[in-house]
Amino acid sequence: MSKSAGFMRALKCRECGREYPLEATHVCEFDFGPLEVAYDYGKIKKSMTKAALAKRPQTMWRFRELLPVAGEPTVGTRVGYTPLVKADRLAKWLGVREAWVKNDAVNYPTLSFKDRVVSVALSRAKELGFETVACASTGNLANSVAANAASAGLDAFVFIPADLEEGKILNSLVYGARVVGIRGHYDEVNRLCAEIAGKYGWAFVNVNMRPYYAEGSKSMAYEIAEQLNWKLPQHTVVPMASGSLLTKIHKGYQELIQLGLAKDSKPTVHGAQATGCSPISAAYKQGMDFFKPVKPDTIAKSLAIGTPADGFYALKVMKETGGASDDVNDDEIREAMSALAECEGIFTETAGGVTVGTAKKLVASGKIPAEDSVVLCVTGNGLKTLDAVQGHVGKPAGIKPSLREFEELMEKDGKVKSK
Amino acid sequence: MAVTVRIPTPLRKLTNEQDTVEVESDTVGSAVDELEGKFPGIKERLVGEDGEIRRFVNVYVNEEDIRFLDNQATPLKDGDDISIIPAIAGG
Repeated sequence: MSKSAGFMRALKCRECGREYPLEATHVCEFDFGPLEVAYDYGKIKKSMTKAALAKRPQTMWRFRELLPVAGEPTVGTRVGYTPLVKADRLAKWLGVREAWVKNDAVNYPTLSFKDRVVSVALSRAKELGFETVACASTGNLANSVAANAASAGLDAFVFIPADLEEGKILNSLVYGARVVGIRGHYDEVNRLCAEIAGKYGWAFVNVNMRPYYAEGSKSMAYEIAEQLNWKLPQHTVVPMASGSLLTKIHKGYQELIQLGLAKDSKPTVHGAQATGCSPISAAYKQGMDFFKPVKPDTIAKSLAIGTPADGFYALKVMKETGGASDDVNDDEIREAMSALAECEGIFTETAGGVTVGTAKKLVASGKIPAEDSVVLCVTGNGLKTLDAVQGHVGKPAGIKPSLREFEELMEKDGKVKSK
Repeated sequence: MAVTVRIPTPLRKLTNEQDTVEVESDTVGSAVDELEGKFPGIKERLVGEDGEIRRFVNVYVNEEDIRFLDNQATPLKDGDDISIIPAIAGG
C-alpha cells in the first residue's frame, strides 16, 4: 500500500464520524454507515489556486487535490472536461430563461460520466496493490471499468443484469473483460457483488472501493463551475440511480465555496428519476426523509436501482438546497431524448431523457422559476441505448435513385418543388 | 430446523471470523435475538434504538429483501438462507 496519502487524511463514517485508514473498505464497522474520504483542506487551499489551475491540462485531473489518490493518477488520465453547452433552443422547449447541458455523453473514453469515477477508483486500486478490478453495473460502469482496466493492464470482472441493452453488453465484452450476466435486476446483482467482494480479494469499484470511486463524480461540479467562470449555477438537475452523483455534485460545489474558489450563491440541486423506478422522487413527494425500495420497470435501465444506496443523502441534499424531485414515464423519456437531439444535436441515452424531461416538469411546476438558469447533467450516450428509441423516431424514406421519385417524396412531405 | 446466516465482513470480528452461522429460529426477528445470544453485541449493530433494522443494513431471506416480505416477522423454514449485507454499495 502507498504510504503517502497526498491530500487525503482518512476514511470517515458519515454517520458517527469514526475514522479508518485509507484502505479498500467502505462501511463503518460499527453502524454500517458509508465511509467518505476526509481531506486536508488547508493543504488543498494552498495548492489549488486559480493561477495554478490555469496552467493545468483540460481533464478532470486538473482538480487532482480534491480527488482521492495519493500520488499522480495512473488510470484515465484524459477523462473529463466535457463541453458545457449553452442550450438556447432547449431552454425554449423547457420554458426557462437559460439552460446549459453538461455533456458527459462525450466523456472519454466510454461516453458516460462513469469514466470519472472509474479513473479515480482504478488509480487508487493500483496504489493499493490490486491486480483485479470488478463492479456491479447497470451498463455504463461496466463499459468504463472494462475499457479503463484494459488500458491499465488490470483484469476486470463486470456483473450486470442479463437483460441489459445489447449495446451496453457488447461495449463491455469488446475490451476483453469477463462479463457475468445475472438473471435478476440491478439490486440483486449488487447484493451478489457485496457477497463476492467479501470473499474475493478484488477491488470492487462500487463496493469496497466506493469511498474513492464516488468522489470522482465531484469533478463534474468543479468543471461546471469553472466553465461558468467560477459562478455556481442557480439550478442543477441531476439524474438519480443510487443518488450518489447528486450528493457528490452538491459536495463539489460546497468544496469550491469552502476553498474560496466560488461564491456561495446557494446553488439548488434537483433530482430526476424514471417513474418506473422512482423510490427517491416518491419519498420527496411524500415529504419523507427515507425511501421505500421498489422493483424497477423502466426503459431507463442505467437508472434502474430500486434500493438506492445514497437515497437518504440525496433527499437530504435536495431538502437543504431547496431542490425538488420529479419523475418521467417511458414516453416522456423518449420525448425528452428527441427534444435534446432536435434542439441541440445531442443524442443522449435514456438517463439523459430522464434529466431533460424532469427538468421540463420542474419548470412547469414552478420548482425551477422560468426566469432562472439551469444546468442539466447529461450523463450518457444515446448510441448505447438504441433499443429504447427503435421504432419511435421514424424510418428513413426509401426511394430508387430517381429524381422523379424524390420529387414525389417532396410533394408528399408538402415541400415546395425546386425550380 | 436449521437456517444459515451469512455474516458480512464488518461483523465477523463478533463471530470469531465465521462467515456463516446456523440458527434455529422461525422468524428473522427471533434469528437476530438468537445471534445476540451466541455473539453478544451483534444485535445493536443490526437493529437501531427504534427496534427496526438499521437504515444501512439490508437483510435478505433466500435472496429477497425482507422489506418486500414481512420485515422482522418474515417466517423462516428449514434450509433457508439469510444474508446480512451493508446497504451502502453500488450505483
